[in-house]
Amino acid sequence: MRIPCPCCGARGNEEFTYLGPAGLTRPAPDASEDAWHAYMHERENPAGMHRELWWHGQGCRAWIVVTRDVRTHRIEHAALARDPEAAR
Amino acid sequence: MRYSALALIRGALTGQRHWTPAWRDPEPKPAYDTLIVGGGGHGLATAYYLAKEHGITNVAVLEKSHIGSGNVGRNTTIIRSNYLLPANTHFYEKSLQLWEGLEQDINFNAMVSQRGVLNLYHSDAQRDAYARRGNAMRLAGVDAELLDAAAVRAMVPGLDMENARFPVKGGLLQRRGGTVRHDAVAWGYARAADRRGVDILQNCEVTGIDVVQGRVVGVQTTRGPIRARRIGLAAAGNSSRVAAMAGLRLPIESHVLQAFVSEGIKPALDTVVTFGAGHFYISQSDKGGLVFGGDIDGYNSYAQRGNLPVVEEVMECAVALFPAFSRLRYLRQWGGIMDMSMDGSPIIGTTPIEGLFLNCGWCYGGFKATPASGWCFAHTIATGAPHPLNAAFTLDRFRTGAVLDEKGAGATPNLH
Repeated sequence: MRIPCPCCGARGNEEFTYLGPAGLTRPAPDASEDAWHAYMHERENPAGMHRELWWHGQGCRAWIVVTRDVRTHRIEHAALARDPEAAR
Repeated sequence: MRYSALALIRGALTGQRHWTPAWRDPEPKPAYDTLIVGGGGHGLATAYYLAKEHGITNVAVLEKSHIGSGNVGRNTTIIRSNYLLPANTHFYEKSLQLWEGLEQDINFNAMVSQRGVLNLYHSDAQRDAYARRGNAMRLAGVDAELLDAAAVRAMVPGLDMENARFPVKGGLLQRRGGTVRHDAVAWGYARAADRRGVDILQNCEVTGIDVVQGRVVGVQTTRGPIRARRIGLAAAGNSSRVAAMAGLRLPIESHVLQAFVSEGIKPALDTVVTFGAGHFYISQSDKGGLVFGGDIDGYNSYAQRGNLPVVEEVMECAVALFPAFSRLRYLRQWGGIMDMSMDGSPIIGTTPIEGLFLNCGWCYGGFKATPASGWCFAHTIATGAPHPLNAAFTLDRFRTGAVLDEKGAGATPNLH
């Protein structure tokens, strides 16, 4: 699997570290137990397109949001996580 | 006597045309007392123990593909009960005890081989950690022995004891651990459950779960709707998808784990060895192939195949431990989808939906758990409440904080 880094181009996935799904919003410190439980533990875990965070630790060290089909490992899109487009 | 030497000889003279299927292929009935979703090792074991221990035989196992096509046929066949946390130790010890009696129980040769599981340590700190784990096991009545380097050298020739980076200092040995012929587990449980009246419905994929006023009433499948008041989910890597049909969002991520088999060689390794400095485990099958694996790939995946960086890492571990194995070719490599939970421990228990029971979160330790998982899940479904052995494996432990985190890695499924 090669990940198309927006800074470095397509690189082998061994250069990257995986964090997990993108788009999880950290609740406010005084949010309910349910909100924290959902954020910490509950995952959609879809069998299809998945938006996820990768860190290009052995390259440009940017955080990247990758949109990938987890059934085939085909990557549809990758953008810098700091880009508001990707952060949506 | 179903199988006999005489029947084999007669079969040899008549072209082996006398063989019949080991279990029935029934049409789905419109309703059952209990449905098990997932015809893997855990689902089949659950159905078997429902019938055997609880007398519930009006049961169907729904399998989307064919028996043995999922993780029960994709693992590295290791059994052991060398856990640290009491809930895990007792549960996996129950499993090991069931393995010890399994072949007599289901009258099927599963080639249970208690050849020992040896976890190597490579530093003083790791020795102390293993001593602690071994002591915890012995306190729980489980066998464990701490070996020094000389004992390991005598037991496993071929190890690179003086590896410059990770010298082998000793190991934690569980002699009762070992390997089991994994396919035979699926076939044996399937046949034994079928004999007791369980319907095994293959190519029967669940497409919907019917919930009325907070209670399950049945499922929709590719072979038509089936009604049942009690439904157990044992769908492994597909647990999130199945549970979502009932509106549940699970603390699970699906990840791919790869496994490997080398070409067959003469007997070279008569135990299971795990590497303490990397994540790697290896044994030799009775056919002669080395069976080995390492870490999950580390990213969400429903593809039953992985990528090359992990292949390379696993091979590096193999060669670091056994330099002579660098001459071997590997024959096959494959992937299975692991239901990685948020604390690395399984879930067997009730759900917020009445009549719906959940069995998932096996990470990559599901095979060794097969008998106890089925045994405990059957108890939970039959009585509506968990057995003491699986009382800690609740779904709501993540909410309450009573997690079972062997590794202390936190809510990071890809690191367990």
